[in-house]
Amino acid sequence: MIWLTWRQFRTQAAVTFGVIAVLAAVLAATGPQLAHLSAGSSNDFLSRVSSADRSLWVIASLAVLAAPALTGLFWGAPLITRELDAGTYRLAWTQTTRTRWLAAKLGLLGLAAMAAAGLLSLAVTWWARPIDAAIAVHQGILPPGLLVFPRLSPEMFAARGIVPLGYAAFFFVLGVTIGVIVRRTLPAMALLLAAFAVVQIGMTTFVRPRLIAPEQRTEVISAANLLNINVNNSITVVASEPGAWVSGQHTVNAAGQAVKTPSWVLKCPARSAAASRACYARLARLGYRQQVTFQPASRFWPLQRDETAIYLVLTIAAAGLCTWWTRRLLC
Amino acid sequence: MSTVLHARGLGKRYRRRWALSDCTLDIPAGRVVGLVGPNGAGKTTLLSLAAGLLRPTAGTIEVCGGRPGSGRDQLGRVGFVAQDTPAYASLTVADHLRLGDRLSRSWDSQLARDRIRRLGLPPGQRAGNLSGGQRAQLALTLAIAKRPELLILDEPVASLDPLARDAFLRDLRDTVAGQQLSVVHSSHLVSDLERVCDYLIVLVASRVQVAGEVTGLLARHRLLTAPGIDPAALPAGLHAVSVRHSGPQDTAVVRCDAPAGPGSVPAGPGALSPVGLEDLVLAYMSQSAPALEVAR
Repeated sequence: MIWLTWRQFRTQAAVTFGVIAVLAAVLAATGPQLAHLSAGSSNDFLSRVSSADRSLWVIASLAVLAAPALTGLFWGAPLITRELDAGTYRLAWTQTTRTRWLAAKLGLLGLAAMAAAGLLSLAVTWWARPIDAAIAVHQGILPPGLLVFPRLSPEMFAARGIVPLGYAAFFFVLGVTIGVIVRRTLPAMALLLAAFAVVQIGMTTFVRPRLIAPEQRTEVISAANLLNINVNNSITVVASEPGAWVSGQHTVNAAGQAVKTPSWVLKCPARSAAASRACYARLARLGYRQQVTFQPASRFWPLQRDETAIYLVLTIAAAGLCTWWTRRLLC
Repeated sequence: MSTVLHARGLGKRYRRRWALSDCTLDIPAGRVVGLVGPNGAGKTTLLSLAAGLLRPTAGTIEVCGGRPGSGRDQLGRVGFVAQDTPAYASLTVADHLRLGDRLSRSWDSQLARDRIRRLGLPPGQRAGNLSGGQRAQLALTLAIAKRPELLILDEPVASLDPLARDAFLRDLRDTVAGQQLSVVHSSHLVSDLERVCDYLIVLVASRVQVAGEVTGLLARHRLLTAPGIDPAALPAGLHAVSVRHSGPQDTAVVRCDAPAGPGSVPAGPGALSPVGLEDLVLAYMSQSAPALEVAR
């Protein structure tokens, strides 16, 4: 059964791993140069990264983000609907049991999807290390541009480390499962894409911030750390935690209660330097502070480990549902 | 007589529609059985249930002494050639043989290779580029080379041109000859079955209308031609299966109580002549069909 699965899959595998090999070769060729640049320059490293490397940083990160969705869409969703369309399931299911047939498909292609995402993430995580490290250190005083997302931020978390393996496994099996349930390829692909977006957002918004109890810190509001003031007087500051992921913040008064800032704060940044300093000082004297909820940069790997474990558990659950449904499919 | 397929009150429902209901049937072992019936009689449903692709909604079915689809041993006992004889379009003929070898426990690779060579199927050809007839031959090879106890063929020639159909049926007859193999072959064309089958089952709306050895069936049935046949007033020993009113003479297919040798049937009005299998099957099929169908 593994032979048949491999025979049907080998072209797709060759194309996918070929693309990954090309990207890995580009990263391997440019990586040492980037590391050299990083070692040779101090604070201004990020502004000295070439525009080609900036583009590569974005493209490579997007590739890692997209890999689990692509393997789910093009390997997972059509895996069984294709056999249903061609009628070949009647050939396969009268030669071997459905459970063995499905187990070989889920096992082989699931591992291949994890390997693809894993190799890609490994290459990109290695290549981007100098940039990611510099972003983490310099957060808050970054030059304008794209190199502003630390690896713990929601934008980058799924593009580094080991979570891409968990994503790849889960969205592949989910693709197969949706395909088995809706039995048509295109609707299954559309549903999987929607599920990919919903699960990613749900994980980032509701689950990841709670995996490990976040830390809190009270910051004095100043010209140096103020990021913006909203028209309804809610303000945002940069936490003095390099590379941290700030999941929430609000202003508290001297009694520690959550409040809006006084309306005159709106004018603090606009005045002359001396007046501005006085304005912030008045705010601090009145006891206003910014309370920031965050995950420190050091939690990157523990969070990666926990989220990967969650996805692997979800993968097993989806595989169970897929097997149950396949055994009853068209029965 | 041992049975290779044993169904009691078998039923299969899709949502609200019953594709097969209350079907009771025994298929004898060691025969080449033709299963014939109009479209929608439940032939494909019955055979899919026998192959384990479907599960019964009601009743029981036993094939080669086991529950269909209950495991690898059971799958090995039943060879199945599905309607439209599916094959993996991107896999070559040789790949399909390897597939059979990897998937089936009792695979006879010598038999498979010999068949492919004899039939002239190019091993390097992708199945997607085979003709319909060649693909059917490939599907039959995959089913036969498992060395099953029961070979099930679900209208394998339905979509083939007459030449390919002829070649397939000739090969099927030669293949099953002299093998310890039971065959169930469904079709809605009697002429296809007549050439390979020695036992016939007529299935109409899930019911077995008649079943028996082809020679026995032909011996016990006659075509009666007479003006104005009244099914209720036939000579003793004759029972009308169906009567067709056409022109001045009516024709009826009649069943005889005793095998109808020359002169063994009591004389009556009209003439008795031997009946062909096609007319016999049509008579049993039209028994339960509406009048319009009878006149066709």
